[in-house]
Amino acid sequence: MGRSDMKSLCNGNMLGWGALILAFALVPVLMTSQYQLNVACNVLIWALFATSFNMLWGVTGMLSFGQALYYGVGGYAIGLTVTYLGSQWYFAAFAAGLLFTLVLSFLLGLLVIRVGGVYYTMLTLAFGQLAWQIMFKLYDFTGGDDGLQGITLPGLLANKVYYYYFVMILVLLAVWVLKRMAYSPFGLILRGVRQNPNRVRFLGRRVRRNQLRVYIVASLFATVAGALMAGVDGSVHTDMFFWTTSGEVILMSVLGGISHFFGPFCGAVVIILIEDIVGAHTEYWSLLIGSIIMVMVIGFPRGLVGGALDVAAKVRATLQGAKHDDTTLTAGLGK
Amino acid sequence: MDFSFLLTQMVSGLTMATLLFLVASGLTLIFGVGNVFNFAHGSFYMLGAYLGYQVVTVWSLNFWFALLFAALGAGVIGALIECLVLRRIYGRANEGGFQILLTYCLILIIDDLVKLVWGAEYKSISRPAGFSGSLTVGDIAIPSYNLLIIAIGLVVVVASWWILNRTRPGKIARAAAVDREMLGALGINVPLTMTVVFGIATALGGLTGALAAPLRTVTPGAGIEVIIDSMIVVVMGGMGNFWGAWLGALLLGEVNAFAVAFVPEWATLFSFLVMVVVLIFKPEGLFAPRTTRKV
Repeated sequence: MGRSDMKSLCNGNMLGWGALILAFALVPVLMTSQYQLNVACNVLIWALFATSFNMLWGVTGMLSFGQALYYGVGGYAIGLTVTYLGSQWYFAAFAAGLLFTLVLSFLLGLLVIRVGGVYYTMLTLAFGQLAWQIMFKLYDFTGGDDGLQGITLPGLLANKVYYYYFVMILVLLAVWVLKRMAYSPFGLILRGVRQNPNRVRFLGRRVRRNQLRVYIVASLFATVAGALMAGVDGSVHTDMFFWTTSGEVILMSVLGGISHFFGPFCGAVVIILIEDIVGAHTEYWSLLIGSIIMVMVIGFPRGLVGGALDVAAKVRATLQGAKHDDTTLTAGLGK
Repeated sequence: MDFSFLLTQMVSGLTMATLLFLVASGLTLIFGVGNVFNFAHGSFYMLGAYLGYQVVTVWSLNFWFALLFAALGAGVIGALIECLVLRRIYGRANEGGFQILLTYCLILIIDDLVKLVWGAEYKSISRPAGFSGSLTVGDIAIPSYNLLIIAIGLVVVVASWWILNRTRPGKIARAAAVDREMLGALGINVPLTMTVVFGIATALGGLTGALAAPLRTVTPGAGIEVIIDSMIVVVMGGMGNFWGAWLGALLLGEVNAFAVAFVPEWATLFSFLVMVVVLIFKPEGLFAPRTTRKV
């Protein structure tokens, strides 16, 4: 994705969406191996997961370390249903997973939003790890450490290319919905909650209720991501619940830039691709990834998207003289 | 269930609590003084364990020297990382997130470097001479190494209290926790203070790693297990609260020891349950003063 693409995406115009859809739609046409399709699926799903997570953090200022919980729920809803009942229940499983997340995130949300800051982060981490422990110990039901393999998908979805388009449409649709939400009056209140909760209260809006709402929304979309992931390799693992999964979306969001809606999306693309390329060449991939990301973090204080926009703004300013429009760039999610 | 069983479990809980406190005190020190959340703290613990292994098993040297070497090694590396890497992000927008990200990268890097140097297999250290047996009182046998750990823990607690409350460097550290700008205006080298505090904290982590190594196996994944437990301790105690961390470690250590004895399958769940309960009823930590209810 070039700089110009990213800029237009951030302004949310049709051109950007067109380029995005085209770029992902062309993957099955241009690919040279099944494996690349798999990577593209991973990119899309993680991008959705990271974007949904950033509704909590970048927009509302709630750094959750437990979104892996809902991601795992999505994966295991599909995994368990298909394993025990058969693949004809796939779509029912999808709905059941979402319903389960709705109830669970409502109940847990009531608890976790009572505490703020680091305590919120730790409490979400605790619940996530709790879920991981439970899935890990219920060996007979969930397969424990081995996970569930051989998840087959119904009908046309069994075809890898069709499944890719299914993922692509759902992910882009979900991202579009989230974007609409982030820029709606609801999204404005959420940003208000991040910047100054007391003012939101003075304006007659309920802080806790809106925090609970966005927690549920983000969790639902994380569940969608998890459910989609179950079909990519046809397997689910307890790692989906593990805290490193939550850590990974934080990594993606910070790297891309949390103050831009598409920051986490771009961060996810970059991290998955780096992991893929580095992983293919060395067994010490986490050493390399750690070093690469560290350099990026030090070099791009506002994330990759923020950095790219800065460069773009500078280039335009040089081309057009001193007339540079910083305001349109940082409009949207704000500073 | 008899008295000797209870006592044995209590001592084992106390040993775990001491180790937890030693790691968590480093974590809470960095957070309290420097407002840095060091996610990689567990990796310094693991590094300490490997440095201890290097001294005891590979170089066949004295265990006490291993403790010193592990603490110094982890401390120096920690101080270097602070002034080369972490210092660059202080004061940035969303600093908390960047701290987590950078220290998360450190976990990835340190874990892999350790694998590169020492290999991925499990390692072990034998207990130091004179502490391999157990102390028998009546029909109760308590491993003497556990008692040693508890004693060292007590020494560190008392020494930390003395340094923090009765010495000039301790006062500077406490002042840095309150107002760094003011401290700088008074002519104190604040960046140096931060580096030293970070070094001391990681040295505590390294020391604990070497100290715990004879009881547990030394693996590259050890850091991750430890960081979660010590985060629970620090959060229960209230971030940056030294004595809160001590109480939290005690609570978690004992709960864990008895959970292992009665419901071994689900023992690890209890760490989280304890934290959830504490956070629900005392969200600001065990030692926090009562605050007004929020809307």
